[in-house]
Amino acid sequence: MIESKGHPNRLGLWGWFGGGRWGVERYLYTLHRLTGLGLLTYFLLHILVTSSRALGQASWEWAMGTVSGPLFKFGEYLVFVAFAFHAINGIRLGINELGFGVGPPIEPVYPYRTSLDFQRPLVVGVLLLAAIIVVMGTLNFWVLD
Amino acid sequence: MSEKTLSEITYRIRRFNPERDSTPHWEEYRIPYSAGMTVLDGLWRIKETHAPDLAWRSSCRMGVCGSCGMLVNGKARLACNTQVTELGGGTVVVAPLPNFDIVRDLVPELAPMFDTHRALMPYVIRDDAQEQEHPTGEFWQSAHELEQYLQFSYCIKCGCCMAACPTYATDALYSGPMPLGQAHRYNSDTRDGGFSARKRVLAGEAGPWRCHYAGECSRVCPKGVDPAKAIQLMKRELVLDYLRLHKEHCPAPVAKKPTEGKRRDNIPEAPPPTV
Repeated sequence: MIESKGHPNRLGLWGWFGGGRWGVERYLYTLHRLTGLGLLTYFLLHILVTSSRALGQASWEWAMGTVSGPLFKFGEYLVFVAFAFHAINGIRLGINELGFGVGPPIEPVYPYRTSLDFQRPLVVGVLLLAAIIVVMGTLNFWVLD
Repeated sequence: MSEKTLSEITYRIRRFNPERDSTPHWEEYRIPYSAGMTVLDGLWRIKETHAPDLAWRSSCRMGVCGSCGMLVNGKARLACNTQVTELGGGTVVVAPLPNFDIVRDLVPELAPMFDTHRALMPYVIRDDAQEQEHPTGEFWQSAHELEQYLQFSYCIKCGCCMAACPTYATDALYSGPMPLGQAHRYNSDTRDGGFSARKRVLAGEAGPWRCHYAGECSRVCPKGVDPAKAIQLMKRELVLDYLRLHKEHCPAPVAKKPTEGKRRDNIPEAPPPTV
């Protein structure tokens, strides 16, 4: 490996969020990572809360009382929205990352058509399906509850 | 912005001189606009009239050599291939390609990218070294087989894809779109038999599994190479290989010279072969 002596210019997290006019897949990439981190945080909290049962009845009731407020209900709703997007978009990524839906190699003739254009209907379908699930969940959470 | 309404243009350039500056800073220059002016033409004008010490890389001026990749108005592009008018007529903001260290001004340190590229063995690997060193003919390949890698072979190694990749922005161990795309270019070449050798690098942490198809590499590629597609197709090959379903092929043989047929009288002899 050649050691560089130049000034560091790696974008870091700014590479996820900013730095230019990106395409829809770039935003889905960032959203997928953020929702993944959100779900991971929820799982850790979930384990923490449910493990309080091991400390006895009083500890369990205190933990359940702590997470039963409106703020935590809204948090649960956000977890559901994150899950709906992450799961459906994850299926799209699974399909694309196995080389399906990206199209065959083609002769690059200007204006170039990339695999992103080829798989765009899949993106639209994913967003529609996630939106339908979120609407149904919203009704269940806040209206039919 | 039409060409007729432009008379002057402002360039905002990120400058850095390692002998003088501790951090990069921005400088602005106003230069006259001329019809058909590219971002690279503007840089030359600034060097001639305002800042003789301004540094960047360029060579061919026609989008072939891949030297002048830089961040122009927030997007990685070739300066020689970008008309000033297509940027909307406002200030032209030019910075070195991100995700690479800055050597000076607009010159990125591309050595790590080429290091990784070399590690992925971007050349035809075959057992018949004798035939490769002293070829007796061409390796046989059908038009369909050629199409499987031709798109990826147009890569000019400008580094625009690496600058646009959000994974490479946070993960220095990731190989990045250019080296991985080129690995697939050779893996899908029927003349090559190096899949197993490259797999040792590709199956590790630096390999294609870090890519989650943000697709920015394909969007900014000035040659339509579509590295994101190459990486996804390579993942499929790696999964098939893991499941022992990957079709191993023997590298294409030397094409047989025609033995039948008769030359017409008025066709001259071909010049001696160069390979």
